[in-house]
Amino acid sequence: MSEHKRETDAISGVETTGHEWDGIRELDNPLPRWWLWVFWACVVFAIGYWVAYPAWPGVSSYTRGVLGSSDRRAVAVALADLEKVRGAGAAGLRDASLQQIEQNPELQAYALTLGQSVFGDNCATCHGTGGAGGKGYPNLRDDIWLWGGTLDDIALTLKHGIRSGDPQARTSMMPAFGRDKLLTTVQVQDMTEYVVALSGRPADRPAVERSRVLFAEQCSACHGVAGKGDPVQGAPNLTDGEWLYGSDRAAINAQIHNGRGGVMPAWGGRFSPETIKALAVYIHANSGQ
Amino acid sequence: MSQLAKPTVGTPGAPALLTATIIGGLVFFFAAMFSDDPLFQFQAFIFVAAALLAGFALTAGLSGGLFSNDTDRYMDGVVRAGVIATMFWGAVGMLVGVVIAAQLSWPNLLYFPDAGWLNFGRLRPLHTSGVIFAFGGNALICTSFYVVQRTCRARLFGGVLSWFVFWGYQLFIVLAATGYLAGITQSREYAEPEWLVDLWLTVVWVAYLLVFLGTLWKRKEPHIYVANWFYLAFIVTVALLHVVNNLALPISPLHHRSYSLFSGVQDALTQWWYGHNAVGFFLTAGFLAMMYYFVPKRVERPVYSYRLSIVHFWALIFIYIWAGPHHLHYTALPQWAQTLGMTFSIMLWMPSWGGMINGLMTLSGAWDKLRTDPVVRMMVVAIAFYGMSTFEGPVMSIRAVNALSHYTDWTIGHVHSGALGWVGFITFGAMYCLVPWLWKKDRLYSDKLVEWHFWIATTGIVLYICAMWVSGIMEGLMWREYTPQGFLAWSFIETVSAKHVENVIRTIGGAMFLSGTLIMIYNLWRTVRLPSVETRDALSAPLPAAA
Repeated sequence: MSEHKRETDAISGVETTGHEWDGIRELDNPLPRWWLWVFWACVVFAIGYWVAYPAWPGVSSYTRGVLGSSDRRAVAVALADLEKVRGAGAAGLRDASLQQIEQNPELQAYALTLGQSVFGDNCATCHGTGGAGGKGYPNLRDDIWLWGGTLDDIALTLKHGIRSGDPQARTSMMPAFGRDKLLTTVQVQDMTEYVVALSGRPADRPAVERSRVLFAEQCSACHGVAGKGDPVQGAPNLTDGEWLYGSDRAAINAQIHNGRGGVMPAWGGRFSPETIKALAVYIHANSGQ
Repeated sequence: MSQLAKPTVGTPGAPALLTATIIGGLVFFFAAMFSDDPLFQFQAFIFVAAALLAGFALTAGLSGGLFSNDTDRYMDGVVRAGVIATMFWGAVGMLVGVVIAAQLSWPNLLYFPDAGWLNFGRLRPLHTSGVIFAFGGNALICTSFYVVQRTCRARLFGGVLSWFVFWGYQLFIVLAATGYLAGITQSREYAEPEWLVDLWLTVVWVAYLLVFLGTLWKRKEPHIYVANWFYLAFIVTVALLHVVNNLALPISPLHHRSYSLFSGVQDALTQWWYGHNAVGFFLTAGFLAMMYYFVPKRVERPVYSYRLSIVHFWALIFIYIWAGPHHLHYTALPQWAQTLGMTFSIMLWMPSWGGMINGLMTLSGAWDKLRTDPVVRMMVVAIAFYGMSTFEGPVMSIRAVNALSHYTDWTIGHVHSGALGWVGFITFGAMYCLVPWLWKKDRLYSDKLVEWHFWIATTGIVLYICAMWVSGIMEGLMWREYTPQGFLAWSFIETVSAKHVENVIRTIGGAMFLSGTLIMIYNLWRTVRLPSVETRDALSAPLPAAA
């Protein structure tokens, strides 16, 4: 009963195909001409593209295309072009010392652009886009340096890293005084007060007095008798009000208890010597030095 | 029609299904007992819980005689369940989308270091699978069950098998979704579930194919309607794509993890052959099938051109399958493969647009319905978005364009003009049609609310895709910008910060789309609660006279 005869649709005047499903019929309109022509145009474009570019695989090779296009060659050319643009500056960085770069405005400008570009995608992850750091990640914008802030110091840190496993890495270890039971819980609490007092803040006097000898015995070897720190050992100055892991008593107590030390990767294996130089100049220029 | 008693027999297959359920539950129980992988145990216990629920339901149904099989009626219970599942998962999937859009807008505020499952990496596949497979998949399964019965004038084949497809598919969704949150993924986009869940989906999908083919086989119409070609192409091709892309070797039968049989660039190409054709056959062919039934049915006009439907169907099928390599431009994939992917994508333009022409031109003689029927307007706008995104796709496949657009938000915008505009709106149109038909109502609860839904959601889509065009092109340009000295001008994080405003606009657009869906759910729920009207849809009833 659903095998209807072809009939003419009253509205469009077009014949139907005579089929019907659940009340749905189909008109017998031809393919739209423009649709067909655009389709064939796309096919012609595709065939033209196949002729021009690498396209069809064979048994052991593929059709190369008459234009001789090759992605691999295009990359090689682009890299060579880039080298040409960078060329003079790169050679300048290679031959100059860090101090010479800083004194030569042209070289310095080049180093700063390169340094900024590399810093953004490699260093900013920890030190922040502006280099202001965060908890556990040193601020690079001020004049306080754990391992020294001269151009050479910065370049050395960049090249070998800190506690990175590199044989020449800067390495030191703050003991976990509480966790490893070098000090008792009470002694750690007292020492916290002593460290608070060192930074010029009001602290519990009796606790400070109790810790005086202990500080000289346990801490002064690295942090110095006066607590001023030692950049050779990466020991922070405890009197300057700048705190890597937080300034409140809980944070200081936790640091004495656990003795944390951060890790910075050694970039010498990843960056060229010129890039390390540029980064050092960039970081130095943006710091408070 | 006199109320002649029709032969009612127990649903065939239910006792066999009960047996399989009990055996399956036991197998998974022991597998969980002997496994030392907590994630495997987690999924095995979900299987056990599902088997227990199914076992109780089947036992109660069999002993209480709840399963009837009125062979004179269409099998609509499973379609009604599918409509409910579609709307439920739609709301869930879109909500997760809004959440992750907000996470991208305010990353510090919505970062939960102590709850890994709440973070972007876990929620993102939950969103994509939620909207594509849970919302879209349920919509396709339930509309295909409805359409194939009506256009074949045959009850669904296989008795209880269609219910197995429905519940089995829900179990797949639950397994996949909870797995993502627990951290199970094989890192293949849109194919994240691991081997165990993949195998389960294969079983369900084969059952689906059997139900569909069996119903076609039983048909009382001499010809197969075009919607059914598209549904069948969708079911068959998705089965093929799913199986090949997920070929993998589990590290143990009692461990959730597996490794792909492919490696290197072959692995990447297999994945994007799958990924692209998931778009082609799931999100295009499947929803074109929906369009080919619901648009002519709703506007009560004949399909514009039978010839166009044949030609564009076969052209689409043959050309789509080649286009996957355009996802791997400028990668380790050989240049010749990239060329083929690009040129086939361009040749795909008109075959895709054939569906648009047939859909839009079906309205000729009924254009006034755009004004009077908001459901028709929704479907027409769906077709318009379909046309736009199937033009944008070939453009983006051109290597020179792709060099700018790839990996940027432009791609996200493109996907969403297809997903929100086309897939979302054509599904909404179909659901607005189906609910009154299935629950025997003479109208929707409120056409006014459909209007609200339409305008809120449309504005949301426009905000979304415009924001993504702007941010995508901006970040694409920033990524390729060099300083005069030859260094990259912007670090990656700067390009991320630069699109904060667009991210916020995208979140607002997404929230508007979600709001529209919630309005729709309310409207459909009130529709179901309207008093029912008598309709005749017995299989033996004479066909209504053609309008």
